[in-house]
Amino acid sequence: MGATITIENAVKRYGKDTIIDGLSLDVKPGEFFTLLGPSGCGKTTLLRMIIGFNSIEGGVFKIDDKVINDIPTNKRNIGMVFQNYAVFPHMSVYENVAFGLKNRKVPKKEIEERVDKILKIVKIDHLKDRMPAKLSGGQQQRVALARAIVIEPAVLLMDEPLSNLDAKLRVEMRNAIKKIQQQIGITTVYVTHDQEEALAVSDRIAVMNGGVIQQIDTPARVYQRPANRFVANFIGLSNFLPANISTDGGKTKLRFQCGEGYEVEMGNLKPGLADSEEVLVAVRPEEFEMRAKNEEGIPAKITSSVFLGTATHYFLELNNGEEVEAIQNSDIWEIIPAGTDVKLGVKAKKINVFTKDGSTPLVVREELL
Amino acid sequence: MRYAGEKKFNVWTVLTLILLALFLLFVIYPIGMLMVKSLFTGGKIDLSYFVKFFTKRYYWITLVNSFKVTICSTLLACLIGVPMAYILRSVKIPCSEFLNVLIVISYLSPPFIGAYAWIQLLGRNGFITKIINAIFNVKLHGIYGFAGIVLVFSLQSFPLIYMYVSGAMKNLDNSLNEAAESLGCNAFQRVTKVIFPLVMPSLLAGMLLVFMRVFSDFGTPMIIGEGYKTFPVMLYTQFMGEVGTNDGFAATMCIIVIVIALMFFFIQKILGRKFTYSMTALKPIEAQPVTGHKKFWSYFFVFFTTFVAALPQLTVIVTSFIGTINGSLFTGKFTLDNYRNIFSKGNTSAITNTYLFGLEAIVIVIICGILISYLSVRKRNALTGVLDVLTMFPYIIPGSVLGISFLYAFNGPPFLLGGTAIIIIVSLSIRRMPYTIRSSTAIIGQISPSIEEAAISLGASQMKTFIKITIPMMLPGVISGAIMSWITLISELSSSVILYTSKTMTLTVAIYSEVIRSNFGNAAAYSTILTLTSIISLLIFFKATGSKDLSV
Repeated sequence: MGATITIENAVKRYGKDTIIDGLSLDVKPGEFFTLLGPSGCGKTTLLRMIIGFNSIEGGVFKIDDKVINDIPTNKRNIGMVFQNYAVFPHMSVYENVAFGLKNRKVPKKEIEERVDKILKIVKIDHLKDRMPAKLSGGQQQRVALARAIVIEPAVLLMDEPLSNLDAKLRVEMRNAIKKIQQQIGITTVYVTHDQEEALAVSDRIAVMNGGVIQQIDTPARVYQRPANRFVANFIGLSNFLPANISTDGGKTKLRFQCGEGYEVEMGNLKPGLADSEEVLVAVRPEEFEMRAKNEEGIPAKITSSVFLGTATHYFLELNNGEEVEAIQNSDIWEIIPAGTDVKLGVKAKKINVFTKDGSTPLVVREELL
Repeated sequence: MRYAGEKKFNVWTVLTLILLALFLLFVIYPIGMLMVKSLFTGGKIDLSYFVKFFTKRYYWITLVNSFKVTICSTLLACLIGVPMAYILRSVKIPCSEFLNVLIVISYLSPPFIGAYAWIQLLGRNGFITKIINAIFNVKLHGIYGFAGIVLVFSLQSFPLIYMYVSGAMKNLDNSLNEAAESLGCNAFQRVTKVIFPLVMPSLLAGMLLVFMRVFSDFGTPMIIGEGYKTFPVMLYTQFMGEVGTNDGFAATMCIIVIVIALMFFFIQKILGRKFTYSMTALKPIEAQPVTGHKKFWSYFFVFFTTFVAALPQLTVIVTSFIGTINGSLFTGKFTLDNYRNIFSKGNTSAITNTYLFGLEAIVIVIICGILISYLSVRKRNALTGVLDVLTMFPYIIPGSVLGISFLYAFNGPPFLLGGTAIIIIVSLSIRRMPYTIRSSTAIIGQISPSIEEAAISLGASQMKTFIKITIPMMLPGVISGAIMSWITLISELSSSVILYTSKTMTLTVAIYSEVIRSNFGNAAAYSTILTLTSIISLLIFFKATGSKDLSV
């Protein structure tokens, strides 16, 4: 029942500024697809081009192979949930949800049935006759969601729907949204700047920056195998360490520049790397292994630590003065005190390696199982 | 913003063009006529009218007089209004809400009624004059001329200053005061260094309104000025004069007023931009109980001022129930004769006209106000930009000038509207339009565009969204603004008095002509009806908005 969305070479200009220049992507039927990026990256602009609130300066937008570029918004059959809920304040919950159906000239009896059904799905059927002013933020967002999906749109768009809710409600609502989306099976494009939210709800994530898609992948892939330095640092956190390739007797190794000779054997790098070529290694805090100072690793000194229950975050200084962060599972023994000299090993299978400028990944992607 | 699939020429463009045409016809065309009449004779540019005005003392002295009156009244209004606002916001005073309503009502009645009421009290045969003369055995001639005009204008205008400053002080967070105190400011320094600068922009805006109002009012100096002629009086007599009118000269005087008004408008704009602060108070300054001589003086100031401000209204209402000899001399006996007079012999159409014209004008103002604000906020383009500027024109054109320009423009072909009700209704609507547009624009600004987008995404057309979503959301705010507009419209004199005929007379015109004819009994009865209408409308406004604050 879900529709496909195809965007080919989309261009968006405001006056002389080109915001999006030749962007393409495909969304599969029934998929929960997220546009993720920092504010100003063009994700909301793209979403508003899909629904028709922004004009399209170039490229083709298709839903189920039908070009929608020149179809007015109210004929596109796309549902949208807005950041500020946009619930009509002068209509009751029932009237809000019935609004789209009335526009479609659905018979009154059917409207009642469909509204009742959808209110049950979003779990606000007991609020049917309330006015929006008497609803909490979470309840209002449920009304907005019900209102958008009751018209059975081909596609559902969500523009940062959780950003006005408090932290606890945000988690509750994102689970509800995911569940309802799966239940209905509607193709959904979701915009957010919150990477944790994106990882939690999406089937696939498109990471955007500066109007350009950096990577489209599943949440796990985006996190584990980022396509470039930007993604590695935007999704989660990465420590970037310069290193050199050393091809020694058929084995490819990474020699960290600040590692005082510390080398790691890599089994998953792309072939054809020259000896001593400079590369950029991205190591997530949990991909460090803290070792005693007489063991192998990059020498470092602990400057401070934060105990967070399941894990302890350590902030360390390398011998070139740079700061790195490492996370270790909290063991039963004491936190290592600041000032201690340690060695940092890396987990070779997990770390990512890019070209020196951080633009191209050098790790061969594992095939999905 | 244009949405996908929207044509460049659509229903909004058509609406914009219609509104533009209306404003060109009713604002630009009449002003153009003024210019033509004053600047051209026989197809050539001729500045002789300007030369005549500025070289003959008889004429230019009225401009000087007007400035004297206006500056004095504006300053006095500030001297009364600012302390009033400060005391009522910071000192706990019993029945302050009632006082607030009294102050507002004294502002809402037309100034010339105040003038005529003060003549009843302090005039040659005034109630108070007689008492003073009897007690001190003197022969006071009463308050006329410069002093009388300034007295009436100051008392009439300080409420506006009060409302503006009081409104600004409401948005002033008490923590600012406390911060200043903790940094070593004493009470006096806190007022001069913190509160006053922050209230300044609102005070300036209020002062401009007072200035324009006083400068262009002709009813008051006409009635209480006697020999002291101000500019609007001269303008009126030049236009309506019995000795033979001079269109070109009157038009020239109109142009002079417009230029002066324009100047002050821009001065205020520049000053206002210089100090603008956006504030919202989480914890506004609270009225504190005071003791000792502070209590005495603040109570005395507030109660005495309010009493004096409300006195004209009180006088009018009381005298409306007192019998007269030949209409002008009050007998001192309570009777309903005055009301009997106006309802049986007099002109009741003045009452029905006032209600009818007012309502029709309000409907026009609401419709145009909503449309224009919507177009200029949501459909911003070059055309709507022009419309936005055009609609602000009437804000600076004094009523009498508008009236005169209307007569020049519409008293002959091709647009023959002179003497009709339409011309009065249009002039009333045009005069009120800028206020309604400004408040509607503010209301639209508070409606998130995504609410309209939500409706469109749910399949509603743009027009349907406008009618079903935008208008219903705007309506509560617009209606409360409309009640205020209604109150100001029914007390409008300066353009109606120029445009009326015997068939289209309104209450204010009726009061004015009864006063001029010394039919004080009838005038009092008409005024009382007007005042009661205003009070009831005001109560409806308070009830509807649930607030005790006015924005005018």
